[in-house]
Amino acid sequence: MTPLLEVDDLHVSFATPRGAVRAVQGVSLSLEQGTTLGIVGESGSGKTVLSRAIMGLLPRHSATQTGSVRYQGNEILNAPNDELRQLWGTHIAMVFQDPMTSLNPVLRIGRQITETLRIHLDLTKSEAKETALSLLMQVGIPSPVERFNAYPGQLSGGMRQRVMIAIALACAPNLLMADEPTTGLDVTVQAQILDLLSTLQHERQMAMILVTHDLGVVATRADEIIVMYAGNVVERAPTNVLFTQMSMPYTEALLGSMPRISYPSHTRLLSIDGRPPDLLSPPAGCPFAPRCPYAQGKCHREKPTLVEGAVPGHSYACWFPLPIREKAATS
Amino acid sequence: MTGPAAPAAPLLTVDDLHVSFTKGHATVQAVAGVSFTLSEGETLGLVGESGCGKSTTGRAIICVDKPTSGKILFGDTELTTLNRSELRTLRTQVQMIFQDPVSSLNPRRRVSDIVAEPLNIWKIGTKSERRDTANAMLDSVGIDPLVSGSRRPQEFSGGQCQRISIARALVLHPRLLVCDEIVSALDVSVQAQILNLLEDLKAAHNLTLLFIAHDLAVVKNVSDRVAVMYLGRLCEIAPSDILYSAPAHHYTEALLSSAVEPDPEATRTPVILGGEPPSPINPPSGCRFRTRCPRAEPRCAEEVPELRTIAPDHQVACHFPIGSS
Ligand SMILES: Nc1ncnc2c1ncn2[C@@H]1O[C@H](COP(=O)(O)OP(=O)(O)OP(=O)(O)O)[C@@H](O)[C@H]1O
Ligand SMILES: Nc1ncnc2c1ncn2[C@@H]1O[C@H](COP(=O)(O)OP(=O)(O)OP(=O)(O)O)[C@@H](O)[C@H]1O
Ligand code: SF4
Ligand code: SF4
Ligand SMILES: [Mg+2]
Ligand SMILES: [Mg+2]
Repeated sequence: MTPLLEVDDLHVSFATPRGAVRAVQGVSLSLEQGTTLGIVGESGSGKTVLSRAIMGLLPRHSATQTGSVRYQGNEILNAPNDELRQLWGTHIAMVFQDPMTSLNPVLRIGRQITETLRIHLDLTKSEAKETALSLLMQVGIPSPVERFNAYPGQLSGGMRQRVMIAIALACAPNLLMADEPTTGLDVTVQAQILDLLSTLQHERQMAMILVTHDLGVVATRADEIIVMYAGNVVERAPTNVLFTQMSMPYTEALLGSMPRISYPSHTRLLSIDGRPPDLLSPPAGCPFAPRCPYAQGKCHREKPTLVEGAVPGHSYACWFPLPIREKAATS
Repeated sequence: MTGPAAPAAPLLTVDDLHVSFTKGHATVQAVAGVSFTLSEGETLGLVGESGCGKSTTGRAIICVDKPTSGKILFGDTELTTLNRSELRTLRTQVQMIFQDPVSSLNPRRRVSDIVAEPLNIWKIGTKSERRDTANAMLDSVGIDPLVSGSRRPQEFSGGQCQRISIARALVLHPRLLVCDEIVSALDVSVQAQILNLLEDLKAAHNLTLLFIAHDLAVVKNVSDRVAVMYLGRLCEIAPSDILYSAPAHHYTEALLSSAVEPDPEATRTPVILGGEPPSPINPPSGCRFRTRCPRAEPRCAEEVPELRTIAPDHQVACHFPIGSS
């Protein structure tokens, strides 16, 4: 069976006055129906550019995209806009970090949902309203009939994100791309939104790509995780494997630098000096080499590619992978 | 592991602090009766959801927001009644650092001048002494003054700008530092650098910190004690390790159960909190958390629960705290 989504050796670069910014440097991934893939990495690692390239949302004039993105076996990278428009909403939908920038501030939220429905599903006005109200109910908006007539500015951040999710789900997509859907929300609201996404995903057997800078967000919610660093996938593994048997020193550093509630207070955090390389002129070798405590000569000269580890589905890009531990030194 | 031995008098005493803002015809009770103490050399964390009044509490302590009522004692100085020149002197002893490091630094000035500025204002030492002090401070936050001292803030990353803010805040050797979400905008690897740095500086300078943040794990990491705030009031204060392992207030428990941990095995207690905080313009009567509390009873609507001590160093404002049967 072909996977729902297959990405092969995807490269994205932006033409800027200072030169080409190589934001995504050869990413491959695949996703099956009904599963969740987490994409984690720090700011600027290329998570958003990758998601937007998959969706076909990057500006054609400044972004050069090569490689392949196949949805249900069909090539969609650099596909014509009218072809992509058929996919958006009905097959692939997206939820962004800041709902305020993607909602129209002067349109009542009900109208924003019914418009999506009527464009894609050819519903009558009253059918669309009925469906919209049911969607608002499904995403947990209290008193949907009143909220139907509210403007986005009259809702809290959490409520706006629920509206975005309602719009994204309006046409029952097969794949939901959620780019930092809870960043900036309070923890209690974050938990509500993440629970809502999981529930809806299971009910609808939808595939989901959950993009986040917070490993905590994906730890209990993704089937598989890829870790990005400076435009590259540096490790990919089933979630449990990633947390307990990571092979790539950057993954180790990322985890070790996170404070945890389960640690005693004043626990010293692992801290790595420096910062990621400039994407205008990425280093020849491993992108993490300038900061890696295990770097050797080879790391600075040759770029490691993703290789399969011992566990099925686990791969990493590192010349000197970490030894496999019995059980991670967590908790 | 634990805080320093209990010293004689607290460095900071906040007593029944109220701060209100007028918004059109409505009054926002941003802080509505907050009391706590802070000992010399101690770090108190202040957590709670957006809009609960954390920053307003911090700004009242540095005398930027004017309290409607209540007392703030710094040592034995009452801060709410200071005149302008007394306030100026206070600025050398109490400093605050904010979330957005880039916009809080003057983009046109060189970083060594930014750090030396408080010394210039107070005319402390000769010109060359001021430069040496500023450079030593930059060095202690991990910025090489010889390489980077003459560069301007835009040439630095967010984490480096936050280091520069810390250097500037510490250059006068304040006794109290209020940190408001100082790592919220930073990547985790940079956040770890700043949190470790803060712990080192605290040890080196015997700093007293009020550490405001919404991230529960970050707050636990740096704090000796933690105070939890909801809709303008404190719910609970306890030593960090106790608050996180045995919360007594229902809101603390709900907050903790919402937090995500980078651990796939983490047992997630189901989130028991629905809805969102009510408006501070018209807060619920009695216990402000009662509209969302799973344990609420009629008494909670009638009587405001006051903070009371349930164990050494552990205070809770709840009529029916967890674990009291
Ligand atoms: N339109 C553009 N033109 C030039 N450079 C761009 C453009 N969009 C993104 N970039 C660059 O591409 C890199 C990757 O950016 P991206 O937004 O994907 O990061 P991210 O991982 O999503 O980070 P964050 O966690 O901050 O959202 C960054 O260096 C960014 O500056
Ligand atoms: N200058 C002001 N004028 C009017 N209302 C204000 C003002 N400052 C704060 N408020 C209100 O007071 C309440 C408390 O705000 P505060 O900024 O102290 O919250 P916070 O806990 O710091 O939130 P956050 O986590 O979002 O920073 C909020 O309802 C806010 O809207
Ligand atoms: S390839 Fe070398 S520099 Fe890169 S992560 Fe592995 S050990 Fe470190
Ligand atoms: S006082 Fe009542 S409503 Fe408030 S937290 Fe305690 S039990 Fe809940
Ligand atoms: Mg992004
Ligand atoms: Mg604040």
